[in-house]
Amino acid sequence: MDDTRSLEARLDVILQVEFSFRNTSEAAASIATLAARDQAYVIDWVERVASTNVELGFQYACRAVRALGIMEPNQVDSWALYAMDCYDREGLQSALKVMRGLDDFVRESRERAIGSVLDEQKGVLLGFLQGLSGRKLKIETSDQAYTDTETLFLPRMLARLSNPTDNFLLYKAMIAGLWAQTRYGTFRIRLDEQVLGESEPEAFLELFNALETLRLEACLERELPGLTRQLNRLKGELGEARLSGEWTGIQKELSDTGITARDTLTLTRRLFGSMEPYPPFAYQGMLRPDRVAECMAARAEREKARFRVALKLLSETLDETRDGNADRDRRFSKREHEAPEQPEDRITEILLDGKPMPLPEEMNELMSSIIMDFGEIPDEYLEPAGPGEYDPALFNDEHEDPESVWSGVYHEEGAHLYPEWDYRRQNYRKNWCAVREKTVVPVHDDFCEKTLEKYQGLVKHLRKTFEAMRDEARLLKRQTQGDDVDLDALVEALADSRDGREMSDRLFTRMHRTERNIAVLFMVDMSGSTKGWINDAERESLVLLCEALETLGDRYAIYGFSSITRKRCELYPIKGFEEPYDDEIRARVSGIRPQDYTRMGFAIRHLTRLLNEVDARTRILITLSDGKPDDYDSYRGDYGIEDTRRALIEARREGIHPYCITIDEEARDYLPHLYGPAAFTLVSEVRELPVKVSDIYRRLTT
Amino acid sequence: MQSETIKTDQYRVRDEPFYQSTGDEIEIFEAAYRNALPVLLKGPTGCGKTRFMEYMAWRLNRPLITVSCHDDLTASDLVGRYLVKGGETTWIDGPLTQAVRSGGICYLDEIVEARKDTMVVIHPLADNRRVLPIEKLGSLVQAGPEFCLAISYNPGYQSVLKDLKQSTRQRFIALEFDYPSPQLESAIVARESGVDQETANRLVQFAAMTRNLKGSGLEEGASTRLLVHAAKLIATGVNPVSACRDAIAQALTDDREMLVAVEELSSSLF
Ligand SMILES: Nc1ncnc2c1ncn2[C@@H]1O[C@H](COP(=O)(O)OP(=O)(O)OP(=O)(O)O)[C@@H](O)[C@H]1O
Ligand SMILES: [Mg+2]
Repeated sequence: MDDTRSLEARLDVILQVEFSFRNTSEAAASIATLAARDQAYVIDWVERVASTNVELGFQYACRAVRALGIMEPNQVDSWALYAMDCYDREGLQSALKVMRGLDDFVRESRERAIGSVLDEQKGVLLGFLQGLSGRKLKIETSDQAYTDTETLFLPRMLARLSNPTDNFLLYKAMIAGLWAQTRYGTFRIRLDEQVLGESEPEAFLELFNALETLRLEACLERELPGLTRQLNRLKGELGEARLSGEWTGIQKELSDTGITARDTLTLTRRLFGSMEPYPPFAYQGMLRPDRVAECMAARAEREKARFRVALKLLSETLDETRDGNADRDRRFSKREHEAPEQPEDRITEILLDGKPMPLPEEMNELMSSIIMDFGEIPDEYLEPAGPGEYDPALFNDEHEDPESVWSGVYHEEGAHLYPEWDYRRQNYRKNWCAVREKTVVPVHDDFCEKTLEKYQGLVKHLRKTFEAMRDEARLLKRQTQGDDVDLDALVEALADSRDGREMSDRLFTRMHRTERNIAVLFMVDMSGSTKGWINDAERESLVLLCEALETLGDRYAIYGFSSITRKRCELYPIKGFEEPYDDEIRARVSGIRPQDYTRMGFAIRHLTRLLNEVDARTRILITLSDGKPDDYDSYRGDYGIEDTRRALIEARREGIHPYCITIDEEARDYLPHLYGPAAFTLVSEVRELPVKVSDIYRRLTT
Repeated sequence: MQSETIKTDQYRVRDEPFYQSTGDEIEIFEAAYRNALPVLLKGPTGCGKTRFMEYMAWRLNRPLITVSCHDDLTASDLVGRYLVKGGETTWIDGPLTQAVRSGGICYLDEIVEARKDTMVVIHPLADNRRVLPIEKLGSLVQAGPEFCLAISYNPGYQSVLKDLKQSTRQRFIALEFDYPSPQLESAIVARESGVDQETANRLVQFAAMTRNLKGSGLEEGASTRLLVHAAKLIATGVNPVSACRDAIAQALTDDREMLVAVEELSSSLF
């Protein structure tokens, strides 16, 4: 009894009962029935869940004991985490639904144990799909399996078969089936128009789908015999292996090479009314002619424009390179021939004035996409676009201007999404930060010159020290092999040999280059608190640093960072690794202005990714900052510190060396926890920053 | 001088190498050779450049001296150096000098990998002077009409550090190589490995799949060379899916997901 009361008191605190009408006595009573260790476990999780949302914590407390009764502890954990994920993604209502739907979760986790989950397999399945050929198709989640010819929509999870491997295989078969529709011309007939006249369009489509599936299976068997074997095995497991007698005859009829979707349509017309479709195979997708028509119409217009504009550009470049014939009329035409091995493939060549014309890579892709839709390059496509004929928006992939994203309603389009570590939850919040790269408005003024002048003496010194650190070619003496004879050694050796001693074979000199092979990325705090002299000091430091690094020849990049809430995490490229240090870069350094807050995790994660793309033996990430991690939406205190720490651990795991230079007096309290005892420097005087930064870099890399 | 002729003799290609021509590259190379023009072979790895050079050397009946360039390769490695033997220093010709003196074909493979100073040596050889300066001997060696310089270069590696300078590339007749058409490629695979035509076709189909993935998960697609490797394994009895994995997929990537995806592709084919 006493137990129950103290548990209730504890829950009341965690769940802030004072301010609500929640009644924790029932939950407390149920928890009290557990062993002490399990009690502590449940309370700990109530606390974690409540840190995300108090009501959610309460609902968890009410069900935890029952959950423990019907699931393994680790499943109970994932149930709570899943609810919190839903909270992050869709808000309280959806999270509560997960909490209340405990039984659904149990059923689903049973299915998960044997099933295959799209999210987990997407990387592999997408690789498989894109390897298959043709247009680059995407994969998305949906309740029904179908394709609109650009995206394959697939169910979130498959658990029809008894083990994960087979369920994965079912995904693979589903993908192959939908891909086959795009590959072997199912959509070259306008299904949306064809069903219009039918009295029962749904039933008509079902029959068509059943027939078309058989035709496509025959195509697949020719091109992917291994897959067909796997598919047949699955069908066996699912009791789908045998079709009834009349269907086998039809199957034969549809299996010949050269049969097209049009033949399927004719057959559908003939059989409709007299024959019922067989029950759909588990792998078989739906047909959605409406979605297909929509998607194809948009694409046809876009691709025609792109193709004709590409031809125009092609003939323009020819004009430039082959002088003289500039205003001669060029005629594009096509030539098709059969590929002997694959009857489905006709090879199309584009001819210019009757001669075959090699096409750039992008155009080949475009061409194969057009042929997928029409079976050929339609003649009117071969007319190069006239001047100004198309609105550029048609054939340029629309790149959202990051600024315009913010002017409208918030959406995550075009942003990189990064997770964030929630230490109370002891888990990541998925896709939590929307990260964008924004531009610094360059300021072309004399800031750099002034800085160089101000630190004249230092600059000279820096140049000299950094020069000495460069990849030097050193002359190695007394080598067994080399480019030149080491005369001193030779004289000695000859003398030795005359005296009857053994002659050394170390008689050469060789040039040896010590390669630094370092890439460093500077991550510069652009938060509002740097306003004034800290910002000046940062900019001055960067000018001197660039000066030093240019002398040294190390590859380097500079990015500013700032944030205001997780939805506006911003990185400001100031200098990319491949950009030369020039007036434009100097103007950007000068243009660095304080922005908002200091969320650090996202910046470390994004820059880690960038650093990883650089081919270097040593990769360093140096943060230049003036204070603790801190952002508007409760990214402060332990939360901010723990997320930053986590991001740094991730970076280290990727082989990056993080380092921090800060002017925050209090940094000693938290930096060792973040960077380790030896990987930061505290500069106590702001005005010393410019003098120190280059020096710190030198120490760090020698 | 006599010792040198004996040496280069071992570089002669005696038996006709199998080379499947894919266009007019043989005629163009011959024309360039007759006009004493140097040749640049461009193209992805494993598409037959080396094999082409062997074939041309045989056809033109010249010794072929191949140097695979690496980032430590210096001008001396090409031109020659002093060695000390029995208390005396002797000069030893490097491969390039040997080729020039003996009127052979010198093929510098992956030239961009070599150190910058090597370019300085080949520039005067690659224009109408056709001379090789040997700094350490203080002499110039004039190349005869039979000498031929060929270099190779893979424009696929888009690194600023590994780009061929204009002053270099504009000295050469450039032949572009690419993977052969499916029919030719499967003929090559069958002929090189001894697998049947059907298996060769499937392998070429598999190569196309990996080439589709170039840029979306794979850095490069499978080269003809890798196909030949896989085909040889298959010809000795290895199961085709395993052969594709070990000879092709593992050579292309270390990424776990990509490896599985590629294996799903090959298991769909065989
Ligand atoms: N046209 C061809 N004719 C005959 N064999 C070929 C042809 N193309 C490729 N091969 C086969 O592919 C293999 C690899 O070709 P090769 O070594 O010539 O490639 P490469 O272009 O020199 O590659 P790298 O750039 O990596 O040196 C050859 O050993 C041969 O088996
Ligand atoms: Mg080669």
